[in-house]
Amino acid sequence: MLKFIGKGVYSAIAIGKVSVLQKSYTDTTRLKADDKNGEISRLEKAKNEAIAQLQKIYEKALADAGEESAQIFDIHLMMIDDEDYNDAIRDMIEEGFSAEYAVAETGKSFAATFSGMDDEYMRERAADVKDISNRIISCLKGEATENTDSGNDLIICAEDLSPSETMSFDKSKIAAFVTAYGSVNSHTAILARSMGIPAIIGIGRDFLSAVKNGDTAIVDGGTGELVVTPDKETLITMREKQQAEIKEKSLIEENRGKENITIDGTKIDIFANIGNPENVKNALLYDAGGIGLFRSEFIYLDRSSYPTEEEQFEIYRQVLSEMGDKKVVIRTLDIGSDKSSDYLDIPKEENPALGLRAIRLCLARPEIFKTQLRALFRASVCGNLAIMFPMISSVNELIEAKRICDKVKNELDEKNIPYDKNTEIGIMIETPAAAVISDELAKHCDFFSIGTNDLTQYTTACDRQNPYLDKFSDTENTAILRLIEYTAKSAHDNGIWVGICGELAADTSLTEKFLKIGIDELSVTPSFVLKVRDKVRKIKLEG
Amino acid sequence: MKSFQYVITDEMGLHARPAGLLAKEAKNHDSEISITKGDKTVSCTRLMAIMGMCVKKGDTVTITINGGDEEAVYTAMKNFFSENL
Repeated sequence: MLKFIGKGVYSAIAIGKVSVLQKSYTDTTRLKADDKNGEISRLEKAKNEAIAQLQKIYEKALADAGEESAQIFDIHLMMIDDEDYNDAIRDMIEEGFSAEYAVAETGKSFAATFSGMDDEYMRERAADVKDISNRIISCLKGEATENTDSGNDLIICAEDLSPSETMSFDKSKIAAFVTAYGSVNSHTAILARSMGIPAIIGIGRDFLSAVKNGDTAIVDGGTGELVVTPDKETLITMREKQQAEIKEKSLIEENRGKENITIDGTKIDIFANIGNPENVKNALLYDAGGIGLFRSEFIYLDRSSYPTEEEQFEIYRQVLSEMGDKKVVIRTLDIGSDKSSDYLDIPKEENPALGLRAIRLCLARPEIFKTQLRALFRASVCGNLAIMFPMISSVNELIEAKRICDKVKNELDEKNIPYDKNTEIGIMIETPAAAVISDELAKHCDFFSIGTNDLTQYTTACDRQNPYLDKFSDTENTAILRLIEYTAKSAHDNGIWVGICGELAADTSLTEKFLKIGIDELSVTPSFVLKVRDKVRKIKLEG
Repeated sequence: MKSFQYVITDEMGLHARPAGLLAKEAKNHDSEISITKGDKTVSCTRLMAIMGMCVKKGDTVTITINGGDEEAVYTAMKNFFSENL
C-alpha cells in the first residue's frame, strides 16, 4: 500500500483500477522535409481534421460539462486559426523543416511566451497552445486521438492532462483523474469539477512509477489522497466513507428545495448556526431557511484591538445581503474570561461560566456594546436582520439592553442614517432563570432562542467541558424539556416566536417532541439542516 | 483614422474568449483595427498577440481604426468593448 498527497478537486471518493495514460506525440523525429508544398498541404489537411475534431469535442463538452467548460474548446478553435501561429509554422516549413517539427517547435515557443507571463490565467493558456499543437501533430501522423481504454471505474493517471484529453474519455467509464502537475485552476480541474468526477492534481512525479495498469487505487477528492494497492482494512474504511457520502448526497438531492412540513401538515423553520461569514455558503448549500444564530465573537477574538464600527458593518452587511430576504439572527458579543483577547482586559475569574460574560460584559462596558449595535442597525437595511442578546437572566437586563438600542437608534435618527425600524430584538434563553421568568421576558422582546448547551449546563450544574460528567448531564433530562416547554408556552401566550439553537435542535430523536411543543424554528449546523428536514417530513403528529 | 480609449472592466481582463471574439470581429471588417496598451500595438486580428499583451482589469487600451468603413467600424468596436469588456 502506497499513499500520495496532492490537491483534491472534486470532493468525492472513487475506488477503481489504474489506467496510466501513455503519451506518444511528443516524439517528432522527422526533422527535415524537402517537398515544401507537400508539407504545406499535409499541414492544411491535418489542421482541417483537427478543427473537425475540436468541433466534436466542443459538442461533447457542451453536453457533458456545460457551456462554460465547452468555451475552452471554442477558444482552441480560435487559437488554431491564429495568424501569428500559422505564419510561424509556415515559415519553418519554408526553411525546410517537416510539418510535425514546425508545429511542435512553434507550439513550444508560443507556450513558453504564455508560461512566462506574470498572470496565472495567462500562464494556464500555455496548456491550450500545447494542446492544439499536439492535436495537429497527431493528425499529421494519422494517430487516433480517441481514447479506447476498456473497462469501467478507471482511474486515469498521467503526468498532465490537456483539456481535450480530459474531455476525450467516456465519462461513464471514468472514476477519477490523477495528474502529477497542474493547479486547481487548470482546465482539467475545472472540467473534472463540472463533470462531477473526483480528481487529484499536482501530486508530484513520483506517483507515476508507483502505479501500473490494473492496480486497485482509491482517490479521495476531498483530502487529495491517492492510495495505491490499498490493504483490506483501508479498502473497507474507504468503501464505508464512500457509501456515507453517496447517502448524504442523495439526502441533499431528495430534500433540497422541499418544505419543512410533517405528513399531517405542521410546518417548522430550519435555520443554520454559523460562526463566520464564510459559512453562509454552506448554509445556502444545505438550503437553510435563514441564519438562526450568527455568533459575532470571531470579530473580537484573535486580534490586538477593538474591531471598528466600519469593520463590523462590512461583515454584517455581507452576511445580510448574501442571505437576501432570509432572516439572519445575529447574537451580540458573547465572550468572557475563558474566551477572550488581551486587549479586552477581562480579569481572570475563578469560575468564568458564571462570570462577567456576554450581555453582562456589554452592559458593564456600554461603549463596546454601542459600537456593535450601531454597526448592526446600519446593516439592517441590507437584509432581514434580527438582533439577539445572550445570557439574559433578568427582566432588568433586557430592559437596559433595549434602552441602549433606543439610544443608538436616536443617534442614527439625528444623523439621518437609515436603519430598519422593524428590526426584531430577541434573547437567548440559556439560564434557568430566563426560562422560569420567560412569561415576563416575552412581554419585552420579539423572539426567544433556546440555547440548550448552556441551559443544560446551568440547570444540571454540570460543567460542559468536564468529560467525567457526561452521564450526569443527560440532555433528555426532564428538567430541560420542562423548561423548553414552559419557554415555548410563554412565547406563544405573548404572541412571539421561539426557536432552539443549541445542539439539541439537531437531535432527530427529539424533533417530534419539539414539533408537539410548538417550537417555531430549529437552528442547526449547516450540514444538519437537511437531516432534520428529512426527519420532519417523516413525522405524523396526529393519531 | 479614428480612435478611442477604453478602460477594461471585466474581472479577468482581455482574456481568451473576448480576445477570440475580438479577432473574429476584426476579420469581418475591411478597416485595419489595432489595439495599443502602453508602448505596444498589435493588430486586432492576431488573437495570441492580443492575449500576449496581458491586458488586465483597470488597464486603459486605445483602439485605432483605419480604412474605408472606419465610421461604421468605430461604432461597432465601441459597442463590442462596452458589451464584452
